[in-house]
Amino acid sequence: MSLRIWEGKSAGKSSAPNFSRRSFLRTGTAVAGGIAALAAALNPLRELKVEEEFSIDKFLQKHYKEMNAEEMEHALERIRREVEHRYKVRPDVKDFRAKNGVEFVYALNLSRCIGCRKCVHACVDENNQSRAPEIQYIRVIEMPRGTLDLEKGNHHYDRPTVPDANHFYMPVQCHQCANPPCVKVCPVEATWQDEDGITVIDYDWCIGCRYCEAACPYWARRFNFTEPKIPEDQLNPTMGYLSNRPRPKGVVEKCHFCLHRTREGKLPACLEACPTGARKFGNVLDPESEVSQILKTKRVFVLKEEVGTLPRFFYYFDERYPLSLDPEAQAVAVSMGYASAESTLAQGEGCGGSCGCGKGSCA
Amino acid sequence: MIHYATFLYRCFRLSFVGPAIYYVWMFALSAVALVGLNAYCKQIVHGMGVTGMSDHVSWGLYISNLAFFVGMAAAAATLVIPVYVYRNKELSHLVIFAQLFAVATITMSLLFVVVDLGRPDRFHHMMLRFNFPISMLTWDVISLNGYMALNVHICGYLIYCAYRRQEPSKLFYIPFVFVAIFWAFSTQLVEAFLYCGLGGRPFWNSAVIAPRLVAAAFAAGPSILIIALQVIDRFTDYRVPEKALMTLRNIVRVAMSASMFLLASEVFTEFYTDSAHVASARYLFIGLEGRHALVPWIWTSVGLNLIGLIILYTPFSRSRPLLTVGCVMMIVGVWIEKGMGLVIPAFVPSPLGEIVEYFPTLNEWLISAGIVAFGFLVFTILVRVTIPVLSGKLAFDRPYHPDSEQPA
Repeated sequence: MSLRIWEGKSAGKSSAPNFSRRSFLRTGTAVAGGIAALAAALNPLRELKVEEEFSIDKFLQKHYKEMNAEEMEHALERIRREVEHRYKVRPDVKDFRAKNGVEFVYALNLSRCIGCRKCVHACVDENNQSRAPEIQYIRVIEMPRGTLDLEKGNHHYDRPTVPDANHFYMPVQCHQCANPPCVKVCPVEATWQDEDGITVIDYDWCIGCRYCEAACPYWARRFNFTEPKIPEDQLNPTMGYLSNRPRPKGVVEKCHFCLHRTREGKLPACLEACPTGARKFGNVLDPESEVSQILKTKRVFVLKEEVGTLPRFFYYFDERYPLSLDPEAQAVAVSMGYASAESTLAQGEGCGGSCGCGKGSCA
Repeated sequence: MIHYATFLYRCFRLSFVGPAIYYVWMFALSAVALVGLNAYCKQIVHGMGVTGMSDHVSWGLYISNLAFFVGMAAAAATLVIPVYVYRNKELSHLVIFAQLFAVATITMSLLFVVVDLGRPDRFHHMMLRFNFPISMLTWDVISLNGYMALNVHICGYLIYCAYRRQEPSKLFYIPFVFVAIFWAFSTQLVEAFLYCGLGGRPFWNSAVIAPRLVAAAFAAGPSILIIALQVIDRFTDYRVPEKALMTLRNIVRVAMSASMFLLASEVFTEFYTDSAHVASARYLFIGLEGRHALVPWIWTSVGLNLIGLIILYTPFSRSRPLLTVGCVMMIVGVWIEKGMGLVIPAFVPSPLGEIVEYFPTLNEWLISAGIVAFGFLVFTILVRVTIPVLSGKLAFDRPYHPDSEQPA
């Protein structure tokens, strides 16, 4: 027998409106129960710090490119206020704009990288990344000699001393592509390429869909899965709107070539931290700059050229030392205590990786 | 206007009335939906850290479900095309349920997009700076909302005409029906382009993704409708002709066969070429470097779809229990394959070659279950109010009181 659900439960009853006490109580109980259940479901929202996370100022703030000078100053002042409230430090927040006639390019000498990860930590300190969980923009991959297949690399190498003679070290960060897939996919234009080639993010505009993370072939983007935590005494008070000001949870961030430094003529923090001088940075539109010279004279290559992203981040090996680390870099590693003297000796022995044995040290 | 307001009010009242089993069903769905809402509130407070997603696998269960349910919405076309293009008689009275189902599944899809956002409070930024036509996600927003509007219009217009006892004017819905057919395919196309335009994700960089989405959707969608129609047949006065179910069964057979064919093409291309491209497919089907979280899932999916297909090809599936079993196998198989099997492996290994696996957290499951329950709540209410209207028991010229609604 089939139930006829549109007939109601009391097909025989009178059709007159029936406001008996019983039905009133029944309906009332159901409504009250429903509201109570809804309230219970919404209960976790009470932990939300509404005044910190939401404000009418933030809600009405325009997209970076639409703000005039006054509105930008208003936004910067709000950021100063928030940082001061949270970290007890009055920050120096500015909007650093790209300069005409500048296109930044990075070049990395793989013959000099000793894999010490100093750049990784200098970047975290400079750019106010969350410390717990720690967000890092730079990944150093330990690669076996004889391959550029990243799947053969080790991201989590943990040796008593670096460098290891059978490996080379490949730091990867945002490549500031000239044809950036992350910019293409962003549905709200929260990320774009500035005139000097740096792809930036408006942290107040990002909706957190993480499509850019999916699109990036270099795994350069990081998402704030939780509220970023930075100890008050570790905060870098020199901040840029598009760079290292503290980020809220739920937005994407990444390397921006330290634009609050580089647009003021300084060098990126990762470069300054590098003990061996493996990192070179500068304006490629200036033919006299070091990077221009490197691009002209060294056999540079880019990572994953086949994906057509046109990176502004170039790698090269020093032709003078095809089979081993640059002796200068090796000396630095030893003098800084990263490497032992024996590993220096090991460099000179064996094939150095050229025979394809994968170990780099066969006789 | 006053008639329309009365109509909406009556529908609203009617959705609270039904036999005991209706209350049990609605109570259960509401409870699950509220649990999901509760889990979502936790996610809002603590951030996406409560999910199993990471910078390595940055999309998970939510986007997987999005991929599946957009397909279910598009599957309305499997009834609309036979009825409006081939003038199929058995299905003509049932096509409205497919369109209502589309409304419910797009609701689910939109909710899955919203819960995946890290900053849902900034959703209005979409309106202020819309990266159209460059970002495929903006196409997705248009395709979902447009398809929703089309189906709401078609269903709403037909049902309201029945309520007013008017013959619906063809001009007001036939053109929209044909637009909706094309739109259904474009939702699948846009959904596929969301993934396959990303050069940095070799697993998705395949032209066969869009056809595979359509084929799988046209198998799982009618399967759900076969079950839904049996429920309607069982619990209401609305009769579903056997021939209609068999027509749908044919559609499922053809679509799943096509889906299997496309899967085989993809698997061959990946594994025979055996280039670096294959890493994600290897992770999905056999595991990579000792990690194989998805392997049991994908083989369950392939197994269910194969066995289900065999069941549906045999005459035994004329019996309703076996037909239902076959359909359930289709739905579960496609849900795994078009969700977890399409979205997750693209992130493993990561673009820099790291293998980090993804395991959804309980909170993610609860949110997903809540959205699905809410979608079925919407679908049940829509069907609940549509049936008495279409059978003439709820009309503007009939006195009405929901507590004591009388048959004619």
